[in-house]
Amino acid sequence: MVQEDTGLGLDDRDLMDGTPPTNPFSVHILRVVAALVIPIATLLGMWVAMNWVQNLENRFVTVIVAIVVGVGGVWLLYWAMDSAVDQLPLRFRESVRPYVFVGPALVLLILYLVYPAFYTFVLSFQDAKGSGFVGLENYAFVFTDERMLRSIRNSIGWIIVVPLVSVVVGLGFALLADRLKRMESAAKALIFLPMAISFVGASIVWKFIYSFRPEGFGEQIGLLNGIMVALGQDPVGWLQQQPWNNLLLMVIMIWMQTGFGMVILSAAIKGVPEDIMEAARIDGATEPQVFWRVIIPSIASTIVVVLTTMTINVLKIFDIVWLSNPETNGTEVIAERMMRWFFRNEHDGRGAAIAVFLFVAILPVMILNIRRFRREEAIR
Amino acid sequence: MTATTPMERARGANVGSGFWGRTSVRVTVVLIAALWSFPTVGLLISSIRSPNDIRGSGWWTTILHPFETTWTLANYTDVLSANGMFNAFMNSLIVSIPATIIPITLAAFAAYAFAWMRFPGRGVLFAVVVGLLVVPLQMALVPLLQAYNGLGMTGTFLGIWLAHTGFGLPLAIYLLYNYISQLPKDLFESAFIDGATHFTAFLRLVLPLSVPALASFAIFQFLWVWNDLLVALVFLGTDSEVAILTARLNELVGSRGEDWHLLTAGAFVTMLLPLGVFLALQRFFVRGLLAGSVKG
Repeated sequence: MVQEDTGLGLDDRDLMDGTPPTNPFSVHILRVVAALVIPIATLLGMWVAMNWVQNLENRFVTVIVAIVVGVGGVWLLYWAMDSAVDQLPLRFRESVRPYVFVGPALVLLILYLVYPAFYTFVLSFQDAKGSGFVGLENYAFVFTDERMLRSIRNSIGWIIVVPLVSVVVGLGFALLADRLKRMESAAKALIFLPMAISFVGASIVWKFIYSFRPEGFGEQIGLLNGIMVALGQDPVGWLQQQPWNNLLLMVIMIWMQTGFGMVILSAAIKGVPEDIMEAARIDGATEPQVFWRVIIPSIASTIVVVLTTMTINVLKIFDIVWLSNPETNGTEVIAERMMRWFFRNEHDGRGAAIAVFLFVAILPVMILNIRRFRREEAIR
Repeated sequence: MTATTPMERARGANVGSGFWGRTSVRVTVVLIAALWSFPTVGLLISSIRSPNDIRGSGWWTTILHPFETTWTLANYTDVLSANGMFNAFMNSLIVSIPATIIPITLAAFAAYAFAWMRFPGRGVLFAVVVGLLVVPLQMALVPLLQAYNGLGMTGTFLGIWLAHTGFGLPLAIYLLYNYISQLPKDLFESAFIDGATHFTAFLRLVLPLSVPALASFAIFQFLWVWNDLLVALVFLGTDSEVAILTARLNELVGSRGEDWHLLTAGAFVTMLLPLGVFLALQRFFVRGLLAGSVKG
């Protein structure tokens, strides 16, 4: 059986025939080169196109062309790579193809996460400009600097308070809203809404709650002080009250994150089979018993997922704190310290050491994550 | 009389079934929802008051005395025209749409390969992806910034697309894998017998069937990219040619910190699109996210 190779190549049925077509060796080399050249050419093409697009005058054209280049370029990349694989010698094809599918993702993961993370690790043993090694000096700084230690204490407070309160409120609200028929989705949307707001936006929103003007500097425009004055009290500089100002900043984060937990937990509650709950009730279980003994165990894995996600989010939090001027009011957190040392104080070594410290703090969560994944894979 | 049957007890205990139970549930829900929307309502009200009124009295007073304040939309025209918010809005679009679709595409191809192709290193590579889920992106910032400066990629849209893609990929691959790996096996077998290649199976079967998962991640990533300040400041900067909404707003907070009328209107402009996207796609959100984490 003679195969005619027609450009786009053969489909998988050829594998079953077991008769690989014969081609001159030079053709094989060309095909191997094509498999490498196409991805690079696509990226270069996107690079050139974007440089041109960014200098356009008309903003609308820029928007549309940029989107077409960005989105189209990636699809073109996969299509071209897959076509290139079809040009490879038959016996290589199916062993090469998986790498075409995972390749681009892996390359970006290595370039954007794996390699920089290692580099940061190396930086953490170097001085401010990354020009000489200083041993463990930066780590000594992490564990002795007064502000650093306070930021660690504050961060521990954050990871205890925020995920816990968010999950409890989210779960409670999901349970209650579940009992309503008409208003359920509207009520949930209101709780979820803050998720769609940026931290900068949120910081402006909350200024109208926490804002403080000393007496004699005009009426209060922050809600809390409005209430204080209406009650005949003196206005309070809320964000200056150490250590309670930490709690006030946590409230902002709780406000933003509860919706996320609520939506996920609510779906999990709906997934608990109705007949199990009904059976428990018929057996004489009270409603709290149904909640603690049936619902909670059924959604335990979802609660863990939500708690994990929130803990990671909270450890990475920096915008809310950064915008509240932590240098003056003692609300430092770890991620904020790191940004401060990297970008404001331009001490790469110390910034890197704090980053590594943050990573080590997250490590247990990561190990938990992989273990859970392995367990689920085993069940599957 | 003394012994109640289990059925009676069950009915009696079912909180929310009686009139008072139902009412108390309803009141609690409304109270919490109101508490949660209060801050946003304050922002919205403030953004349509005249600059002097915002500074002169608390926003809540307008609820009691709606006619004693000057309502105006001038704050919005001000912030959109004079303060570069319109340009920034466009830039946010240029950044957010590809920075949402590129990672989804890469992740979907990768998730398909992890789920339905057999190749050496599959298990190890996937474990690495799961591990990368929790690497804080701050770990990567400084080395990347140095590389970008060397390559001349700072301040380019392509540069920030790729950065957001790299940072978003672990979660995207993880979520999409959970969904795609649970598609029925027979589907693929019959497709391959019919002569489909992996590429056509991916395009014609996997993508259409995974819409809930794709949409839920799309919302997630879009909200994240649109609202991101950190990555935008580091890789794109504040130059008005490329600055996105959050960066612009952040600059307003710094330079015009007392101009509440600009800040409130600006903050609301940044919220518009994500709110719309969220409300339009919210029904997909949960379905896709839950595919992996909840069994049953």
